Amino acid sequence: MPKDHSIKKVLVIGSGPIIIGQAAEFDYAGTQACRSLKEEGIEVVLLNSNPATIMTDKDIADHVYIEPLTVEVVEAVIRKEHPDSILPTLGGQAGLNLAMELEEKGKLKELGVRLIGTTSRTIRRAEDRLEFKQAMEKIGEPVAPSKVVTNVPDGEKFAKQIGYPVVLRPAYTLGGSGGGIAKNQAELDEILANGLRLSRVGEVLVERSIAGWKEIEYEVMRDGAGNVITVCNMENIDPVGVHTGDSIVVAPSQTLGDKEYQMLRTSALNIITELGITGGCNVQYALKPDSFEYCVIEVNPRVSRSSALASKATGYPIAKVAAKIALGYTLDEIKNAITGKTYASFEPMLDYCVVKMPRLPFDKFITAKRSLSTQMKATGEVMSICNNFEGALMKAIRSLEQHVDSLMSYDFSSLDDGQLSRKLQDIDDQRIWVIAEALRRGFTVEGIYKATRIDPWFIDKIDHLVGMEKALKTQPLTDALLREAKRMEFPDSVIARLAGKSEDEIRDLRRGFEIRANFKMVDTCAAEFEAETPYFYSTYDGGEDEAAQFISRPGRHRTLTDAAESAEEAAGASESPKAARNKDGKQKKVLVLGSGPIRIGQGIEFDFCSVHCTWAFQKAGYETIIINNNPETVSTDFDIADKLYFEPLTPEDVENVVNLEHPDGAVVQFGGQTAIKLTEALMKMGVKILGTDADDVDAAEDRERFDEVLEKCGITRPKGATVFTAEEAKQVADRLGYPVLVRPSYVLGGAGMRIAISDEDIDSYIGNINRYAQEHPILVDKYMMGREIEVDAVCDGKDILIPGIMEHIERAGIHSGDSISVYPAKDLSPEVKKTIEEYTKRLAQNLHVIGMMNVQFIVRDDGVYIIEVNPRSSRTVPYISKVTGIPIVPLATRVILGETIKSMGYQPGLQPEADYYAVKMPVFSFEKIRDADVTLGPEMKSTGECLGIAKTFDEALYKAFLGAGIRLPKYNNMIITCCDEEKPAMVGIAKRFSAIGYTIYSTHGTWKALREANIPARQVNKIEKDSPNLMDLILGHKIDLVIDIPNRGIEHQQDGFVIRRAAIETGVNVITAIDTAQALITSLEDNSVQKLSMVDIAKIDRR
Amino acid sequence: MSSAYLILEDGTVLKGESVGSKREVISEVVFNTSMTGYLEVLTDPSYAGQAVVMTYPLIGNYGICFDDMESGRPWLSAFIVREFSRIPSNFRSEDTIQNFLKRYDIPGIAGIDTRALTRVLREKGTMNGMVTTVAYSPEEVQALLPKIRAYRTKDVVSKVTCKNKYEFTDAGDSTPWPNLVGSRVELEEDRQGNVSQPASSDDDGMIRADDPALAGTVFSQTASTKESGSGRWGSAAGNGEEHFRVALMDFGMKKNIGRSLVHRGCRVMVYPAGTSAEEILKDHPDGIMLSNGPGDPKDCGDIIKEVRKLYDAKVPVFAICLGHQLMALAAGGNTYKLKYGHRGGNHPVKDLKTGRVYISSQNHGYAVDPDSLPAEVATPAFCNVNDGTNEGMSYTGKNIFTVQFHPEACPGPQDSGYLFDRFVRMMSRVKRENAEKTSGKEA
Repeated sequence: MPKDHSIKKVLVIGSGPIIIGQAAEFDYAGTQACRSLKEEGIEVVLLNSNPATIMTDKDIADHVYIEPLTVEVVEAVIRKEHPDSILPTLGGQAGLNLAMELEEKGKLKELGVRLIGTTSRTIRRAEDRLEFKQAMEKIGEPVAPSKVVTNVPDGEKFAKQIGYPVVLRPAYTLGGSGGGIAKNQAELDEILANGLRLSRVGEVLVERSIAGWKEIEYEVMRDGAGNVITVCNMENIDPVGVHTGDSIVVAPSQTLGDKEYQMLRTSALNIITELGITGGCNVQYALKPDSFEYCVIEVNPRVSRSSALASKATGYPIAKVAAKIALGYTLDEIKNAITGKTYASFEPMLDYCVVKMPRLPFDKFITAKRSLSTQMKATGEVMSICNNFEGALMKAIRSLEQHVDSLMSYDFSSLDDGQLSRKLQDIDDQRIWVIAEALRRGFTVEGIYKATRIDPWFIDKIDHLVGMEKALKTQPLTDALLREAKRMEFPDSVIARLAGKSEDEIRDLRRGFEIRANFKMVDTCAAEFEAETPYFYSTYDGGEDEAAQFISRPGRHRTLTDAAESAEEAAGASESPKAARNKDGKQKKVLVLGSGPIRIGQGIEFDFCSVHCTWAFQKAGYETIIINNNPETVSTDFDIADKLYFEPLTPEDVENVVNLEHPDGAVVQFGGQTAIKLTEALMKMGVKILGTDADDVDAAEDRERFDEVLEKCGITRPKGATVFTAEEAKQVADRLGYPVLVRPSYVLGGAGMRIAISDEDIDSYIGNINRYAQEHPILVDKYMMGREIEVDAVCDGKDILIPGIMEHIERAGIHSGDSISVYPAKDLSPEVKKTIEEYTKRLAQNLHVIGMMNVQFIVRDDGVYIIEVNPRSSRTVPYISKVTGIPIVPLATRVILGETIKSMGYQPGLQPEADYYAVKMPVFSFEKIRDADVTLGPEMKSTGECLGIAKTFDEALYKAFLGAGIRLPKYNNMIITCCDEEKPAMVGIAKRFSAIGYTIYSTHGTWKALREANIPARQVNKIEKDSPNLMDLILGHKIDLVIDIPNRGIEHQQDGFVIRRAAIETGVNVITAIDTAQALITSLEDNSVQKLSMVDIAKIDRR
Repeated sequence: MSSAYLILEDGTVLKGESVGSKREVISEVVFNTSMTGYLEVLTDPSYAGQAVVMTYPLIGNYGICFDDMESGRPWLSAFIVREFSRIPSNFRSEDTIQNFLKRYDIPGIAGIDTRALTRVLREKGTMNGMVTTVAYSPEEVQALLPKIRAYRTKDVVSKVTCKNKYEFTDAGDSTPWPNLVGSRVELEEDRQGNVSQPASSDDDGMIRADDPALAGTVFSQTASTKESGSGRWGSAAGNGEEHFRVALMDFGMKKNIGRSLVHRGCRVMVYPAGTSAEEILKDHPDGIMLSNGPGDPKDCGDIIKEVRKLYDAKVPVFAICLGHQLMALAAGGNTYKLKYGHRGGNHPVKDLKTGRVYISSQNHGYAVDPDSLPAEVATPAFCNVNDGTNEGMSYTGKNIFTVQFHPEACPGPQDSGYLFDRFVRMMSRVKRENAEKTSGKEA
């Protein structure tokens, strides 16, 4: 079926801020789909509230709206742009929910637009529990006995009927939010009540527990003509009971015979056919391990995290094909871009094994329970490819960047066998390490299977790895042993540790035996057809090296991608790309290091930077090579760089690529801390670091050296010192006076950073920091209260370009990533702005920065102090690029290649301010992580961000709050508790809330302060006192907002912990910073911003 | 562990690890891209005379379940893989693949860079090779090459076909896996009636116990072998449903062809490949099924003559794979050898009548040249979406349709199982027409 020519202008809805359960995969899918639509000459209108995404670039879509994802906004955008169609299946659950709301409110008909890619009927049949069950019953597909309940008593009754344990799944939530497994009535009551509240429609599904069954997924595609295929199937190593997003997943399935494989495949095709989905769809199954009995767990009628994984695992571009199908094409009309020979209507065949591991945030939330269940907790994930399972698992482990490099990375030696045996029952993120320890102690595979229900095949593989550990420890390192260890992907460092040798010795030994990595191609077809696309993974199986063959193939250079071209046009480059040549006359190659898994503190903004840097290098005539291991990202799409190596980002893995490619240089300043950390290793390999010199990077990180630089620049900073021990830290703190800021050097996202007000705090914090081997020193600084200011700058060694100054609403002490950031800074005098510009310039010149730099300042009483300088790209780069229209990353890349700010047509220095405000708002996922403390502080906790942009500050702020999901007022009730220190400021805020009609509840101290200021407030008992107390109030579901400003310091922070958690878990907004509260009331007070104006980001040009 | 070698006809020697038999064999080397279904591949008679390379690197993960065998024994010459699983893990597993190869005297090699080997076969086309455990010197290898190159699979159908005719009566009720008769995915034609419940029978299985290769083999009890002795169709099952009598010509049939028919209420009589058309027609079948099988279709001269007679008869014919090729040759068409064939479970075939695309299970090295048959004889019914080769023919003015792929799946997708329904409908229609004709005459 050819393209539907009535589709000319399509509105694509993105997924909004990154939260747990809805992460970068939708940027990947959305970007791929937009490019696919543009390829077809479709005018694309994009709506997404997330400014860090690649999809919200003007070279990806024709019209870009970074606005809150609400029905009103979609309506406004439709009225302004008049698209003929909406494509809602690429924005995850958020996009689908919006589409449903539009349909329910009759807006689609009213506005004359239609949904493409899916119909509202399809969404309803897949998402509505009852309709889904009926659809499955109609075609004879089994689902677990279940019932939708809208209240707790009904749930209790049904659970009694089907027997405990039961699984609870709220309807229309993300990542299984609010769901769980209840083993008894008490647990049921708790989880069910919570789930009912979290569900958009107040419905929770109670179903028979199938925990312990195998969890299998199929990714299916269907076109409008009814052709159906499966792209990939996947097997979760963790059986049913752990959310698939938190499970270790392998593709293809390993323990299913053809009969089971085809049974489920046929079922998946029947389901997608019955639901009438056109595009991609994900079907999850529970398969009983000892029979053919199975049941359908759920169906996602859209692209999902699993489909991103399936795309990267197979090379089949699901989102791209889904977009083409939405336009009317059939599968047999769409070419497979990897082979260039086959069509999208074929099923990928793998000749390797893929392992995905979740990146869990327990290193950030150390108070949180590590246990895993049906509520997803992972912030991101890594994927690895190898031609044996052991190797794929080992590669995935070391890709996590969580201080793990093997199955020996957690120490359970303190547990006796009995304790270990019980520990096996715990379903948490360390389970495979516990299994490895059990195997080391001689537990049987069968016994471990019984305890974990993990298929014996996987346990045997872990046993195989454990056996190799032992062999390396006890046997001489022969050629054969070393070869086998490398085949199983033991890193040299781990082999060295086991064999009692140095890493260099192992490397030399390996070279002597000629054991080296070779690269294989991901080609979708198990080598049946020749592939065109260089997408590689490494193995140590001694076979041939396809990457080497590819490199020596003549005439292989392809033309630039369209996106790269338009990206560069935006940057103002005029000449067409001519191959840049090195002194041997060969085209120059640049290695771009990706940023690994999405984690708190290092999100998609670094993928944005990596991708734009890659495109800029392509435009400059370079051959580009990306190494990355994150399946959710745009950078790991096979058509972004000239070559993609899907590999862990460790020195050894990177060296394998370097030895083969011999790049002319590497850029590390765009890949976050992951890439920066590789700088030294790259230099040792003889790879030139492009841009700022590694030594200068060190000068910015090293306390003493940085102090020298500051002195030379004549810039002051809060006093402080570098220490290694708690004793030294306490001495420094005594000298400076509390409070002090304690933090490790060389980290991103303020990991381990704390404000200490006492010696006890220091002991506790340094203990936390030293949980992991600490090679770098700890910084102790005087904590200085003031306005926090941030700039990103491009520096060419002489001149700087500052797109704009960003001001944080929250004062210093709250991590910049968790602060509301405003551009342009609205409270700074021209003199202060001048000083900031001048300081930035001096720092850039003295640190010899070539490329990107991020500087954070504190402004106090018009004095400007420096907090830190990061000579690399930062979190704010995508946001500031978009709101100023200045493409910083391409500019920085061109500077790295030798251009100057002047030669690129820019006036050096601070650029003119825009005539509207842009507010970047952090978004948290606290409700997903049980027991995580929500108090904001110097350590970053937000998972994503959204943007509000408007002509006035108030509207921008209002939009930003709206985008972050804060929609007030509802009940006009709020709770305020405040530490003494902030009470004076709080009184003013409370007065304003009271004035707009809020009833304020407070505990004694705050109440007293409010009463003294003549603010009507009602007193309520503290939690530990008799009912009715604060907790009852929160659980009464009538509270809009909790403002809780805790005391600093470790002992005080526990006070409000229970309140804050209870509020978060019942869906109440919690604010823990006085400035955030101030901003919120400001946005609520202004009634004029109710009617929102829409700003097309693509039309913003630099001024 | 001892070494084994694969010597290709171009002189390439690949070293691996010997698993199973240590026999030395020369055969054609082909690759299969299926990720599951190794036992079905091993026991598919179409692989007789070939060594099969599995492109998926991890083989043997779910062990061996004898119920899944597609014939009484493995027929391929050798089995070449990257890695055999250390342990099998599946609730149905009864044995390991390593034991299975040993039991049936099949040489296996593990540790081969199967991807590199596949790429060689893709680039240079299917080659002959020798699998051996002898470490030949380079000179000796050179000396062996002419012998390896000279290898031809000939008369291989007569080796794999059954010796006597018998009724195939797979006990459908006890079939342990669901869905095996094909998916429900939108049939292109309206299904009416005819899809009946499987007939139950006390007889079970079709493994040919008289096969000399099986002498002395101990079978697991789940794969017991019994041939119904009468050689006649049994009486109709008493459930009142219409049962079509299908004559299935065994050129090396996969069990699931028989099973797919039985599950649609057919009574299936299996005939040895050498059976004459007269003998088959004498039994008055409602339809004739030509099975898959190994080798070059042009080697089957005598069979083609008989197929021609079946073509001329008025009985509906459905043919799969080799059967499809033999019918084309019998009708005056031509076949040719593909560079490296299609073997796997992911090949898209397009139904040229409806435009629908189905993912099919495939295993063939030869193809029908559709241009060799004029439209008044036959028209292409299916083509391969990837390379455009012919995947099925519809015979003009005849109740004959043939496909190159495997609607019986096992291994592979069940998407085209509806073709068996089409065959049943065709038999029903012809039977009705004949009955009308007869009654018309009587009147």
